[in-house]
Amino acid sequence: MWSFPLTPDSASTLSGSVDALMLFLLLVTIFFSLLIAFFIVFFAVKYRASNRTVNREGAPDSHVGLEIVWTVIPLIIVMFMFFWGTGVFYKFKTMPNDAVQIHVVGKQWMWKIQHPEGQREINELHIPLNKAVQLTMISEDVIHNFSVPAFRVKQDVLPGRYTQMWFQATKTGRFHIFCDQYCGTLHSHMTGEVVVMAPKDYEAWIGKGPFPSEAGSAAAPTPTSAGEELFTKMGCSSCHIATGEGRAPSLVGLYGKKVVLNNGQSVIADDTYIRESILKPAAKVVAGYEPIMPLFQGQLTEENVLELIEYIKSLKGTADGIAR
Amino acid sequence: MESLAKKESYLGSDFDLKSWLLTFDHKRIGLLYLLAITFFFMIGGIGAMLIRLELLTPQPDVLSAELYNRAFTLHGVTMIFFFMIPSIPGVFGNFFIPMMIGARDVAFPRLNLTSFYLYFGGALFGIAALLLGGVDTGWTFYTPYSSTYSNSNVILMAVGIFIAGFSSILTGLNFIVTIHKMRAPGMTWFRLPLFVWAHYATSLIQVLGTPVIAVTLLLVALERLLHFGIFDPKLGGDPLLFQHLFWFYSHPAVYIMVLPGMGVISEVIACFSRKKIFGYSFIAASSFAIALLGFFVWGHHMFLTGQSVYAGVVFSFISFLVAIPSAVKVFNWTATLYKGKIYLRTPMLYALGFIGLFTIGGLTGVMLGTLGLDVHVHDTYFVVAHFHYVMVGGTIMAYMAAIHFWWPKMFGRMYSEFLGRLSALLVFVGFNLTFFPQFILGYLGMPRRYHVYPPEFQVLNVFSSAGASILAVGFILPFFYLLGSLVWGKKAGPNPWGATGLEWQNADSPPITENFEKTPHVTEDPYEYHGEDMPDE
Amino acid sequence: MSEFHELSHQYDDLVQQREAAQLGMWVFLVTEILFFGGLFMAYTLYRMEYPDVYAECSKLMDWRLGALNTAVLLTSSLTMVLAVVAAEQGRIKALIRWLFVTIGFGGVFLIVKAYEYHHKFVEHLIPGPNFTHELANRGPAQIFFSLYFAMTGLHAVHMIVGIGILSTIAWMASRGKFSPTYNNPVEISGLYWHFVDLVWIFLFPLLYLIGSR
Repeated sequence: MWSFPLTPDSASTLSGSVDALMLFLLLVTIFFSLLIAFFIVFFAVKYRASNRTVNREGAPDSHVGLEIVWTVIPLIIVMFMFFWGTGVFYKFKTMPNDAVQIHVVGKQWMWKIQHPEGQREINELHIPLNKAVQLTMISEDVIHNFSVPAFRVKQDVLPGRYTQMWFQATKTGRFHIFCDQYCGTLHSHMTGEVVVMAPKDYEAWIGKGPFPSEAGSAAAPTPTSAGEELFTKMGCSSCHIATGEGRAPSLVGLYGKKVVLNNGQSVIADDTYIRESILKPAAKVVAGYEPIMPLFQGQLTEENVLELIEYIKSLKGTADGIAR
Repeated sequence: MESLAKKESYLGSDFDLKSWLLTFDHKRIGLLYLLAITFFFMIGGIGAMLIRLELLTPQPDVLSAELYNRAFTLHGVTMIFFFMIPSIPGVFGNFFIPMMIGARDVAFPRLNLTSFYLYFGGALFGIAALLLGGVDTGWTFYTPYSSTYSNSNVILMAVGIFIAGFSSILTGLNFIVTIHKMRAPGMTWFRLPLFVWAHYATSLIQVLGTPVIAVTLLLVALERLLHFGIFDPKLGGDPLLFQHLFWFYSHPAVYIMVLPGMGVISEVIACFSRKKIFGYSFIAASSFAIALLGFFVWGHHMFLTGQSVYAGVVFSFISFLVAIPSAVKVFNWTATLYKGKIYLRTPMLYALGFIGLFTIGGLTGVMLGTLGLDVHVHDTYFVVAHFHYVMVGGTIMAYMAAIHFWWPKMFGRMYSEFLGRLSALLVFVGFNLTFFPQFILGYLGMPRRYHVYPPEFQVLNVFSSAGASILAVGFILPFFYLLGSLVWGKKAGPNPWGATGLEWQNADSPPITENFEKTPHVTEDPYEYHGEDMPDE
Repeated sequence: MSEFHELSHQYDDLVQQREAAQLGMWVFLVTEILFFGGLFMAYTLYRMEYPDVYAECSKLMDWRLGALNTAVLLTSSLTMVLAVVAAEQGRIKALIRWLFVTIGFGGVFLIVKAYEYHHKFVEHLIPGPNFTHELANRGPAQIFFSLYFAMTGLHAVHMIVGIGILSTIAWMASRGKFSPTYNNPVEISGLYWHFVDLVWIFLFPLLYLIGSR
């Protein structure tokens, strides 16, 4: 079949929106390019020097009305593009409420993926069809970018803070993952595949254990339970007592709440805040508490931190000692 | 009507190396720049050839990953900092601004020579970095890769760009003062050629923007050398701060590259249509609008970095606004052709090519500024295609137009018009064949700076590499016929194109050292063409 | 007539030459504002992010030495003005004298700065491997000191260049190059010197005076 693809697979809920936007922009580009090209060629031929008989009388050298027209019309067109494009952008940036939460840690030169049910993958991301998936991502070293052209989406992956993206696949199959921010020697090798599976197949895959390609693996700890284990092992539980009686604030119900710091500022306890508080606790100290929490930088991997965050997220409830 | 003693041209009759290397004459300095940028264009071109050779196949068969990363860094750094930015201002700005305003030289001739050596010296640091193993960060030097992780000669290259940056600043300073203070009697602001207006706007950007990248690269060097940690997240630093500082200069830098080219186009279109330029004051004003707005759009390179959505929205909005003055220029140039007397000589072919290709490049820039689309095409070959359309299809075509337009004045010789047109055609065809497929590759998802790629991208890459070889021939040919014209070319006389503009109104080509026998007194508006024939018709 | 030696060939008269020199120096100072501006921007962003750490670091700075340096520079700007006035009035000996006094003050500034840097070295507050002060685990503290050294270092480089320029001007004055009709270089060097002084006026409070004492 004569197939010369001009677009990649259209495999997500938003790829159609992007392609439609692109088509509009393309048509405008083609229109104006052809318009200018036409006039250039037309005038160059009609008014060529060897044409002695054409009427060149009254050649104008300015026309304010024309200037206004060709300023205002392009302005209107680009404003239209701006609003349309911003609308599509907001769809990409509005995280869905009920997405499957997957952690991605990028490092030179591979993608490490952690499913909430415990599966770990390297350079492959298995996801279910027709379900929103949200990636929380961080880099261990330099800036990377997680890109899935078939979903028309990508997002920089930064060291030191989390970034997020979401997508919902509408087709099964295997689709390219590219690292799309130059990150060093093997940047072009930092690729992988998203594997979209029908729900039944996905369930089966999940049930297969932490490294599904290996036969007979035992059930893996989920990030939440791994986080709980770490919470005890690293000594967090000795100060962060759930009832709030300890030397450190209770973490029950913390995630997403406003926290007041000892300098009067307040912040939202999101992933980045929790990560910073684990690795560099003295940076932001909760009001009413001493800066005595030890540094955990260097003692925990990014995956460990993500697991702790998952555990803290799971501490819902109305125990007293909710973060003030 | 012979003058008592015919004064020697600025070229002199015997070749005295010292008088050339230590010259204060703006024209000779322009030629020094011409030699240097041609040299660095070739170095950057070698980088391009290595890239396109490697990308013929999906596998890594020509270069290792390390070498490929150094090749594209070499190509980007050399082309941007050591070729494009100094090119039109350094060669034609230096040579012709004083002549166009009726002056004997620029305001600060010794500073002018200093600028040249700063540029050349800085560029030599770049060569040193190359010879000592290269740099592998890309021309964008993103942290923390460049500040902490890369094992290449980042500091050496940063020093080179730092030094060359001062050349750009001082040239801009020189032009601003020259244009303000050295205009001949009667040369009011609104009688200035648009080439001068364009360089004034460019100089404002050079003077305001370049210091920021200088200090940014200084910080990267300090971080590498002394582990300062300003961009290191482990020490509380923010790698994105680098990107903000870097792009604060590097976006206006693209206007430093294109505005002088636009100035050239105005001169050429008017001359080869034998007509006043359409919308003179609108074109002049557009240059300033571009310079001003260009300082407020840098964040459009950072839509996907995790910066706030609101910041992205503001930067996108202003990016759309900055497109409008460029569009206004394109329409005005096209309108100039209406009822003109069009001569399709080589400079005009390049100028018309510029208008078409810059339109495509500019509109694809608008696409990239569209947030919803940028999510998909950011950091893909779509971006590569866009900037080559504006930089090569735009600026380099303008540079070619300039050299073919002003060569007779600079050297007193005409080149082969046939070869000129042939090269222009080869450049146009080669260029489009090289870069148009890259738009498609980008939308299909092929990332930038990839040295291996999935096999489905090969066909388009082969087209692109084929185009590159044609483009190379188109660029190499002028080297030969222009040099050849110095020996075999017809003598040009003072004004072979019958052009207006003070640079053509002197006794002969090449001009005398003082430019004019007597200081001109200007009484006419610029571009006083009235449909007269070309002198050689 | 000495006037003819003073007029460069590209100018029509001394007035044009003087105006061009002045405009040139002002444009150059604008570029310097942008040059330091990048550092001030980095400083501001990190201060907004880590106000407490900045305050703690600032307390480690010796504000008395900073104040001394501020007084020294302000005085040097005064003596620079006196030098320019002397040049305009053709009092060449006075010009040279005031230039040397200005240079002297510049030297004092640099000596005090060198002492401060040495002190930071002894206290282990130099970013990098030397930074083992107890503030080290407050990561952003290194950033404060990185910016301190970058900003004051860059300023010191400008001071050294300024001293070089003033020395050259003094030498030129001793060769009789200046007169009431021609003294551009003195005037524009003065502009440069005042600018370098002004940068310090901003650096001093931003680096030395944050946080309560």
